[in-house]
Amino acid sequence: MAMTMHLNVVSAEEELFSGTVEEVFAPGTMGDLGIIPRHAQLVTTLKAGELRYVTNGHMASLFVSGGIMEVQPHVVTVLADTAIRADDLDEKAAEDAMERAEAALEGKDPEDLNYEALQAELEAAKAQIQMIHNIGKTLGRH
Amino acid sequence: MGLKEIRTQIKSIQSTKKITKAMEMVAASKMRRATERMQASRPYAHKMREVVSHMAKGHLEYKHPYTLERDNVKRVGYIIISTDRGLCGGLNTNLFKKAFQEIADWKEQGVEVDIAVYGGKALNAFKRYGVVAEATGLGDKPELADMIGPIKVMLDAYDEGKIDRLIMVENEFVNNMTQTPRSTQLVPIKSEELEELDYHWDYLYEPDSKEVIDALMQRYIESLIYQGVVENVACEMSSRMIAMKSATDNAGSMIDKLQLVYNKARQAAITQEISEIVAGAAAVE
Repeated sequence: MAMTMHLNVVSAEEELFSGTVEEVFAPGTMGDLGIIPRHAQLVTTLKAGELRYVTNGHMASLFVSGGIMEVQPHVVTVLADTAIRADDLDEKAAEDAMERAEAALEGKDPEDLNYEALQAELEAAKAQIQMIHNIGKTLGRH
Repeated sequence: MGLKEIRTQIKSIQSTKKITKAMEMVAASKMRRATERMQASRPYAHKMREVVSHMAKGHLEYKHPYTLERDNVKRVGYIIISTDRGLCGGLNTNLFKKAFQEIADWKEQGVEVDIAVYGGKALNAFKRYGVVAEATGLGDKPELADMIGPIKVMLDAYDEGKIDRLIMVENEFVNNMTQTPRSTQLVPIKSEELEELDYHWDYLYEPDSKEVIDALMQRYIESLIYQGVVENVACEMSSRMIAMKSATDNAGSMIDKLQLVYNKARQAAITQEISEIVAGAAAVE
């Protein structure tokens, strides 16, 4: 029987594959890698591409959009990204997040946090709603 | 109160009860899915932690800044995770109380605070402190891709030395009935959070240790925050379920009480009418 190792492919959102395999081919950033059992401990970044593995003599494959692969002699773990990652894309996301925050802040004056005042306002609003309800009822009675 | 008034009130409470009942059931089914997602995200974070632990224990010439404690803390970053929608009991209020308290404690020590938020409720609550980054409208099925912005802002601030610590505040899903606010220090990574390993080895790194570790650390922090957001969704759903259940129960007992008042009032009216008729007949004779 061929020697085997365990392959785990997980992303932050879900587990994509877990099982026994004979061989793994991964798209490393420095070039494709072929991993067979008893490989030396290795950690590498992956680029977007096809992750192929041989299980029971059959080749199967998964698409990964990048990530990190950790290799131990009998366990291979692929920490897959859920989306294509690139520095400029991340930068854009960061800028968007800041812009949204700024826009949200401009909407209102940053006043001092005053629970009592807020509470009082809330009570006043509640009273108004109650009043409107009562008026509605009186009018609807005829 | 007149009979008609009571009747309208009963009707309006009945329709409210229908709505809260429906919301309760929707929240219950969403909660189930949210907890599943929470479970699904665990293997990734667990595996990450293992690899990070191996690296931290290894003999590396490169120590990542996230693993080094800074002595002098002048400014801390807070990531606060809340819901987008209300009607979920005291979930957000309790969380914000904790966050306000911690921020006040820092300020007392003369430490400034930078805040990034997830969720509209937190954005509104922390506006007055100034929010540096936000992501709202993540929905019931949050995706990591939508969360990257604020994380990147905070981690960049840490790299540049603008903040010396990064803390996340979110709700912990204890069980279906209990959710408690929790604050976790993300960066620097506390060594006790890492796993104890009886053995260790040095990896081969490709392209080189620095690049791999940088990529890994960033993803590790992201996965922790993703978990926080997903867990908070589960908390939101279970909290809403409980809130809506008690609202439904309250509506039920209110209807019962009003029904009693209504029946009494109707009986009183009938009795009065009879006695009037009897009295009228007696007067005629």
